[in-house]
Amino acid sequence: MIGLCTLILTAVVHAASVDTQRHRLARDGMLSAIRADYQDTANYIGQDRADPDVLLAMGKVPRHEFVPRGARRHAYANRPLPIGHGQTISQPYIVALMTDLLDVEAGDRILEVGTGSGYQAAVLAALVSQVYSIEIIEPLAEQARQRLQRLGYSNITVRAGDGYFGWRQHAPFDAIVVTAAASHVPPPLIEQLKPGGRMIIPVGTRFMVQELLMVVKDDAGSVTTRQILPVRFVPLTGGH
Amino acid sequence: MTRPPLFTVALTSGLALALEVLLMRLLSIVQWHHFAYLVISLALLGYGVSGTFLAVTQHRLARRYTAVLLANVALFPVTAVACFHIAQRIPFNAEEVLWDPWQLLYLAAVYLLLTLPFFVAANVTALTLMHHRDQMPRIYAYNLAGAGAGSVVVVGLMFLLPPLATLKVLAALGLAAVVAAVWELAAAGRRWVAVAALAGLVVLAWAPIAQRLAVSPYKGLSQTLRIPGTRIADERSSPLGYLSVVESPQVPLRHAPGLSIRAVKGPTAQTAIFTDADNPTFINLDATGLKYLDYLTSALPYHLRPLRRVLILGAGGGADIQQARLHGVGRITAVELNPDVVDIVQSRAPVYSGPPGSPAVDVHVGEARGFVAGAAERYDLIQLALLDSFAASSAGLYALNESYLYTVEALKTYLARLEPDGYLSLTRWVKLPPRDTLKLFATAVAALTDAGLVDPGRRLMMIRSWQTSTLLIKNGEVTPGEIAAMRRFTEPRAFDLVWHPGLQRSEANRFNVLSRPFFHEAAVALLGPRRDQFLERYKYDIRPSTDDRPYFFHFHKWGVMAEILSLRGRGGTPLVELGYLVLAATLLKAVIASAGLILLPLWILRRRRRVESSAPLPALRVFGYFFAIGLAFLFVEIAFIQKFLLFLQHPLYAITVTLTAFLVFAGLGSATAHHRMSVRTPQWIAGAAVAGICVVAGLYLWLLGPLFDLLLAQPIPVKIGVAVLLIAPLAFGMGMPFPVGLLQLGEDAPQLVPWAWGVNGCASVISAVLATLLAIHFGFTAVVLAAMLLYLLAWLSFPLPAAVPTADR
Repeated sequence: MIGLCTLILTAVVHAASVDTQRHRLARDGMLSAIRADYQDTANYIGQDRADPDVLLAMGKVPRHEFVPRGARRHAYANRPLPIGHGQTISQPYIVALMTDLLDVEAGDRILEVGTGSGYQAAVLAALVSQVYSIEIIEPLAEQARQRLQRLGYSNITVRAGDGYFGWRQHAPFDAIVVTAAASHVPPPLIEQLKPGGRMIIPVGTRFMVQELLMVVKDDAGSVTTRQILPVRFVPLTGGH
Repeated sequence: MTRPPLFTVALTSGLALALEVLLMRLLSIVQWHHFAYLVISLALLGYGVSGTFLAVTQHRLARRYTAVLLANVALFPVTAVACFHIAQRIPFNAEEVLWDPWQLLYLAAVYLLLTLPFFVAANVTALTLMHHRDQMPRIYAYNLAGAGAGSVVVVGLMFLLPPLATLKVLAALGLAAVVAAVWELAAAGRRWVAVAALAGLVVLAWAPIAQRLAVSPYKGLSQTLRIPGTRIADERSSPLGYLSVVESPQVPLRHAPGLSIRAVKGPTAQTAIFTDADNPTFINLDATGLKYLDYLTSALPYHLRPLRRVLILGAGGGADIQQARLHGVGRITAVELNPDVVDIVQSRAPVYSGPPGSPAVDVHVGEARGFVAGAAERYDLIQLALLDSFAASSAGLYALNESYLYTVEALKTYLARLEPDGYLSLTRWVKLPPRDTLKLFATAVAALTDAGLVDPGRRLMMIRSWQTSTLLIKNGEVTPGEIAAMRRFTEPRAFDLVWHPGLQRSEANRFNVLSRPFFHEAAVALLGPRRDQFLERYKYDIRPSTDDRPYFFHFHKWGVMAEILSLRGRGGTPLVELGYLVLAATLLKAVIASAGLILLPLWILRRRRRVESSAPLPALRVFGYFFAIGLAFLFVEIAFIQKFLLFLQHPLYAITVTLTAFLVFAGLGSATAHHRMSVRTPQWIAGAAVAGICVVAGLYLWLLGPLFDLLLAQPIPVKIGVAVLLIAPLAFGMGMPFPVGLLQLGEDAPQLVPWAWGVNGCASVISAVLATLLAIHFGFTAVVLAAMLLYLLAWLSFPLPAAVPTADR
């Protein structure tokens, strides 16, 4: 009897490890796609390779846990996926680039506006000390909270609510990431950014990021933006 | 010979056209309008399918004419409602097309479903044409007149009822057509059919079908309704758009496109008005929370000098009015296309009346450019805000984003109504890589150059935030004082300078930093001596838009297609101009489907023929004739709808009046041809009609411009009358070639009649798409010239001329 149980247990463990192995391979494929995209777009993003720490973090997060069951076979494809409630999980390359551009450090405190599936928060959590995330759609916030808890992310705090006014209680932040496109950059968020901090906002539609907007607050507190086209494409060909 | 069921033909044809217009509306609400365009144009292949189906089955169907005709009449209301209802349940997501190949299958399923009602409606006319061969022109006349009436009736219905209720009314009329058909055909069991139709009516009224539109979850309205506490407080429906008023008491809506990153406060509470579940415009509810309006790029002109009279084109929710008032403007005139928008704004906030003591806003309901053309006053500032919702509302029958607000001629019209030293202000979204902002700049340069100014750059000023750009065209040269004021405005708001006379490159990319100062570099190039080379080499089409080529929103260049495709899935998707590619894909699919639909029955007919006799079918001539007139008819119709759009200045009047006049007068032409048959041969009539069409169309190319200028200030009813009179002779001629050709064919090769009907149907589908593509690249004048050539080609290939008897005669 014990032998049989051991056998079953071995089989289960083996199946699980095969499954993990498969996901690990898929994640490696995803990272290769991200590296290729970086080289392609070096012209605009100003660097031809991703921060190794960011890739390391993305290599650890089980992205398949963050997508709906029906879309799992595409979990590691370099594309956005619908997650219900009219929301999406971003393309891995865009997640990598956004995380990279935030230029975070281990002790940083990050604010995320628009938790969605929680994937971006999970990637950030592997790099910094604390992530605060706000999601306006209550069922999504609840799902993300449970998911992150189940996967053991203890340094992410999720709350349901309006992200326009940031999270004053935990402000200021070293970096802010706004994953849902807005009609403007909310002034309270700029206020809650530390001098020397950065904010990233993808601009476009749910399935097509047109550009990345990076808001930079210099040490003197003066604010400017950088607009980054995440594509290898130079529209001007001279003639001027 | 029995009398053909003419009323049934007219009613079914009218309902099919009404359904086409209505589906365009419905699909614009649930999806985006270029997909509506794609689905509808392909659904019209139902006409081609009908031809193929009847060509193959005619032997069997001819014997059961009455039953088959009745079945098709009865299937129309059923398929019209059921197919839309089922199509709503298919989870097609336009945005995912580039990522997910399954979406193409969903799309194919949607348009196959929507083809069905057009297929059965086409069968009704085609079966009648086949059965009453000697009366073809008369039947065709009823078909056209019915369609003409259908287009007026459906527009009227859409004013009275929401779109889904309109669908049910069309289905109810379809049931009435069944009863009419039974009586006209004197079929047996009339009473039972009447009872069945009545039962159908009850089902239609009470059954839970098509009760709510399944709007795409990725459209603006669906996204906003995810916010806790939001609710639709009001809905209005008209052919101009489906308006949803959204309130959000719990989490205030805050819309401030292009707000400075240095603004201390954003907007406070707003209410949104969505048009077709997208393109929201916002009403500021709190009159004390308007300071943010001074932190938008569009506030620039108010900082250059005090302005007394301001004209706002596209009032929308009224933010531009409030912005003018915030800056102390005394006299504000505002124009808004949709009367429902004015009504909603009026009922929710004192936007037009202003605070006590301030003069009321002079609000006009009408089309912006038409208003300016007819205005007697001059203004210190004319402001054309982000009017994209205008384009959406004018997305009528065959439109793909044409806009007469941003053409060279339009800018000249606005400039003519400025006071000396007044400004024309145009705000656009900033897109990366730069597109519309640069096209607007190029259009402004062309307008000023056209007006005879040697150095247009001296009259232009442009700034940008990360999200919007504002271009000012001055009716006079920009002064150093204005440049200083412009800098005082931009610096504290962190807006970048794009252009003013004397601007240095190093000053143009300071606050919203791009990898290069693209916008400034392009402005310099567009004002320089090598402008044409720049336009040629730029990777998007940013040539100035004109009235003949009014596609401001078209940027695609085939030259960069390979590069863009190679970047697909590698971050390249934002480069894709989806609207245009959808159009091209539509054409490709229409051509492939048409080729199949045309060749299949021909192959079957030839095989049968080989068994029956050795005589060849005169297929090539028949194809040439019916394909050419199919293409040409819609080329002329679409091109002149566009020409009359400028004259009647309201998309709704223009499309309804032009379309109806074309169909009704073509119907009259067809009926007249029927009467002339006793004295002239079909070939003679076709020749005379083609000559007439070419002469009139050619004359109009020269005459319409000056004539429209002369009559522009006349009241709308007069202009509608003039438009109808002008269309009459052209359409009258255009109604003849098809039925007389068919009549000739009916005598010489009757088995080809349904095939010719199918060929003509396929050509119409290709024509609608091809005309838009031609207009985008070469302009509408080229479309008319192409139509004239096609008519000549048709005449040359007139089927079975009397002098060349075919083998089976």
